[in-house]
Amino acid sequence: MRPLFVNIGERTNVTGSARFRKLIQNGDYAAALAVARQQVEAGAQVIDVNMDEGLLDSAKAMVTFLNLIAAEPDIARVPIMIDSSKWDVIEAGLKCVQGKSIVNSISLKEGEAKFVAEAKKCLRYGAAVVVMAFDEQGQADTRERKVAICERAYRILTQDVGFPPEDIIFDPNIFAVATGLEEHNNYAVDFIEATRAIKQQLPYARVSGGVSNISFGFRGNEPVRRAMHSVFLYHAIAAGMDMGIVNAGELPVYDEIDPVLREAVEDVILNRRPDATERLVELAPRYKGEAAADRTVDLAWRSLPVAERLSHALVHGVGDYVEADVEEARLAAVRPLEVIEGPLMAGMNVVGDLFGAGKMFLPQVVKSARVMKQAVAYLLPFMEADSGGVARKSAGKVLMATVKGDVHDIGKNIVGVVLQCNDYEVIDLGVMVPADRILDEAQKHEVDIVGLSGLITPSLDEMVFVAGEMERRGFSIPLLIGGATTSRTHTAVKIEPAYRRGSTTYVTDASRAVGVVASLVSPTERAKVEAETRAEYVRIREQFARGREAKARTPIAAARANRLPLDWAGYAPPRPSFLGVRAFGPYDLAELSRYIDWTPFFATWELVGRYPAILEDEVVGEAARSLFQDAQAMLKRIVGEGWFEARGVVGFWPANADGDDIVLWTDETRGVERARLHTLRQQMVRAEGRPNVALADFVAPVGGPPDYVGGFAVTAGIGELEVAAKFKAAGDDYSAILATALADRLAEAFAEAMHHRVRAELWGYAPGEAFALDRLISEQYRGIRPAPGYPAQPDHTEKATLFSLLDATRNSGIELTESFAMTPPASVSGIYFAHPEAHYFGVGKIERDQAEDYARRKGWKLAEAERWLAPILNYEPSRAAA
Amino acid sequence: MTRAERIAALKAAARERILILDGSWGVMIQRRGLAEADYRGERFRDHASPLKGDNDILCLTRPDIVADLHDAYFAAGADISETNTFTATSIAQADYALQGAVRDINLAGARIAREVADRWTAQEPDKPRFVAGSIGPLNVMLSMSSDVNDPGARKVTFDQVCGAYREQVLALHEGGVDLFLIETITDTLNCKAAIKAILDLEDEGLEPLPIWISGTITDRSGRTLSGQTVEAFWNSVRHARPFAVGLNCALGAELMRPHIAELARIADTLVAAYPNAGLPNAMGEYDEGPHETACQLEEWARSGIVNILGGCCGTTPDHIRHVAEAVRGVKPRRVEERRPAMRLAGLEAFELA
Repeated sequence: MRPLFVNIGERTNVTGSARFRKLIQNGDYAAALAVARQQVEAGAQVIDVNMDEGLLDSAKAMVTFLNLIAAEPDIARVPIMIDSSKWDVIEAGLKCVQGKSIVNSISLKEGEAKFVAEAKKCLRYGAAVVVMAFDEQGQADTRERKVAICERAYRILTQDVGFPPEDIIFDPNIFAVATGLEEHNNYAVDFIEATRAIKQQLPYARVSGGVSNISFGFRGNEPVRRAMHSVFLYHAIAAGMDMGIVNAGELPVYDEIDPVLREAVEDVILNRRPDATERLVELAPRYKGEAAADRTVDLAWRSLPVAERLSHALVHGVGDYVEADVEEARLAAVRPLEVIEGPLMAGMNVVGDLFGAGKMFLPQVVKSARVMKQAVAYLLPFMEADSGGVARKSAGKVLMATVKGDVHDIGKNIVGVVLQCNDYEVIDLGVMVPADRILDEAQKHEVDIVGLSGLITPSLDEMVFVAGEMERRGFSIPLLIGGATTSRTHTAVKIEPAYRRGSTTYVTDASRAVGVVASLVSPTERAKVEAETRAEYVRIREQFARGREAKARTPIAAARANRLPLDWAGYAPPRPSFLGVRAFGPYDLAELSRYIDWTPFFATWELVGRYPAILEDEVVGEAARSLFQDAQAMLKRIVGEGWFEARGVVGFWPANADGDDIVLWTDETRGVERARLHTLRQQMVRAEGRPNVALADFVAPVGGPPDYVGGFAVTAGIGELEVAAKFKAAGDDYSAILATALADRLAEAFAEAMHHRVRAELWGYAPGEAFALDRLISEQYRGIRPAPGYPAQPDHTEKATLFSLLDATRNSGIELTESFAMTPPASVSGIYFAHPEAHYFGVGKIERDQAEDYARRKGWKLAEAERWLAPILNYEPSRAAA
Repeated sequence: MTRAERIAALKAAARERILILDGSWGVMIQRRGLAEADYRGERFRDHASPLKGDNDILCLTRPDIVADLHDAYFAAGADISETNTFTATSIAQADYALQGAVRDINLAGARIAREVADRWTAQEPDKPRFVAGSIGPLNVMLSMSSDVNDPGARKVTFDQVCGAYREQVLALHEGGVDLFLIETITDTLNCKAAIKAILDLEDEGLEPLPIWISGTITDRSGRTLSGQTVEAFWNSVRHARPFAVGLNCALGAELMRPHIAELARIADTLVAAYPNAGLPNAMGEYDEGPHETACQLEEWARSGIVNILGGCCGTTPDHIRHVAEAVRGVKPRRVEERRPAMRLAGLEAFELA
């Protein structure tokens, strides 16, 4: 069994990260916190904080940073490793952490008295401790010295100080090897062997180390350094190393390192031959800048044997030679199927392993899948001709669908591709699939698992319905739930109880899907993981039940009395340049490209970080750059070749607020009501001076000054479904997903551009507003454009009123599904408010009194209101009333 | 009995039965309807700021009331009564400009309780009574910002908090308490400062006393006010090697139970609980009756998840009497050893298996 290894995030370390050092030196703690958050999000179980920099007041920087971390629950949830060579800095840090941290480090360097004093303090503050193998004579370099010092420290700590042995971590010093000095050659072996001895002889103690030291000799040659780290860790972990400060995102998998390089590195690490250093030094330049060379001219891999060429093509997503290579492999094989089962599957396994280990990222995996499909497509005619062939059996069959009423499918498509990469057969029924069709197809194909996806809130109900139907029709196969609006809590509370015969599992994101599916189709694992999930969901339901009445709400009447008090007497609402609706289209796509916010585009591919910084990110930078290049190239074609059409419609109407409703008048005489927009009001208990806001507050009340509201619906997705379908049919899921994601971005950009135009020209209350994308995205301008179905107005059905006012289907080509999803999916709609105090907010949970009132205003039965508002109810609606 | 003998007796009693702590002090003092003059007494007659509401000062100005309350709780069956020193630190007493009286309050609080306890022990030698020195939270927190616009801002430093607790600990010790009770912990870092104050004094030669650490789960989120889960909280204070760990205040028994059950699973020491008498009603009063409280705590005892029970806000000697009677003869929770492992914590627990 592979021992557990704890990666300690090292990027909040000024000695290890030049970027972090600059941030701290410049006092940019906000960005420094983002670095910490990113590490935790990327899976760091402990974060190392080090402020040892000559020009810094290290203790002060440590205190400032740790105090700030304490205010960030998503960072503060993990333990901190307080890292400094200066005790006063460590102690300053210990005074800022409420949790139990690790002190890194103390040692016998300055004698036993100081060591004991510092260890005792660690005990008094309640911290685990890293002990360096360092004594009065210096840092231990040989195995014998390392073990002797650690034994001595262990004895002092456990016997004299009373330190719990399980809270001791030894760092037996990782030193550079292959430096040219012969006496350094055995340093890695010394560390590995010392680790083995420490783990055997000192019960409960742990071993850690700073891995990057090992390769100092090869500074500037990152590929070789990474290979050295990987090989070193492979052996050190096997010997018992428990944790390490290491940039996990950059480690190649041991098995994937070029064998020539790996052997040379292994000779160095294990000190296997006297000329090991010379050989590695000679070899190293060939690997320098390996990653860059791959993208451009280095075709050295073309001279490898065919199986390795195929593997390389799959791992690196290169489709240029794959047909020729497959043909060569086919000629060498007895049957064409052997090419798939042999080299191609082997290559995909490598991809799967790398992805599983966090060494490859989604866009790269999807590209690998494209190459695989290309290869399989080439072989298909030969396999059909090969009558003696036996159908291949996949790892399992998964049926996937976006539920009825919903049209969004990027996430589902990505999951599908990732599963295919891992040898699962995926039956994708597409979008807006009714329950009976999902289940008919599941039966027909005898699938192993059903996966449901959805993005808008009404889809949650539909998923509960599908689960209930599975129960009724006697299914017992696992059900998977995923998509933007779904959650573990909803799955546990609503969906899972509807389907008792089988299991239901919530899947956080695409990168988790393979693990979940693999365990659910495994005859040995399935029962165990299902039982675990079930137990977890029972717990979540209990927690949920306990939390139900947690949040006190203000009665709606009181909330209304505490509305946002705007000074209408002193406000002259601007009049739009026209009243009624105006259609725009086809809109210039090149113009829209200027407004694209790229950050969410990367998020779609599960690459976390802000654009443009993400392109230089230490972990995902390479994947992000390559994805961005592909996106730019495709965007050029979308614009140049007119793949999509963008159309939109904008309208303005005289309007006044009537309680929590907004009345839209037929004309400026404001005598006849044309339509009524309904809004919902916050009911959280507010501190003195903070209002309970509803969108209606942003409009002058009936009897007040003549006010207006606007509305819009825009799409950049006319043609997107056809383009995506064409790519998919050609086996190019990567381009299909890319095109869909770009259409989404263009639609958002369209909404942004149109809003800008509304402010500057069509409503015209901000004629001089300059174009600055950063400002736009951070919403530093006057007026808002909230969309029905989102936090400020969570009721999707309001879209029906908006669409009818705008005659949106005729004017922009956008349709609404029965769940009020817009299709084409790359569409955005919303309502314009112009008041300078108008702002985005979340309605939050509401009470029954407001639901009843809202139902009355909408002309609904209470049960119908409760159905559409289900996600925001602060109470359990009674089924009997329905 | 010497203090060492009392501590040995306390530990022995804890092995045999469920120990009973007293109940609320606030409610009981409130019922006396004291006036400003009662709080001031002779000594603070001319004190510049109002003192009404500073219950701890009563140790100096109305020792009779404080003694009565100890007496009432011991009479109700409590094994342990807490000193009336919940806010007796220089930081908390600064609200009343009484920093200078802190040592005297603690000294007097400990002596009053000591005297009453010893009287009961003399009357009932087979049920010795114990005094826990109450060390409360502060109105300032080390893990949370004091300024909404600056998340890094703190009103006090760790050293100031540690120093304030040190003064209190020394006086309580000198006044004769049998154990320290660090209670109603809203911020674990404040608690760690109190622990450090105690451990440092031990290092300097002060006779060690058992430490009881009692955190507060603020609401149904299941977290302390400073954001920790119960397990993270335990990992963060376990270095004190406490005599007991537990929870008190904020929640009634019903809502506290899952968190006590969790502590019972992970704590390799005694588990203590003293919930409020339910949740406060709209008027801020506690409605849960003695019988109701006792029924719930009896179930905990029978489920084997507690070693010490008592009451916090809203409980009275009557509550404590009911609880004591309900759990009489019920076996205390068995303290199990835990497999050694590195157990760290941020807001959540982390275990290196």
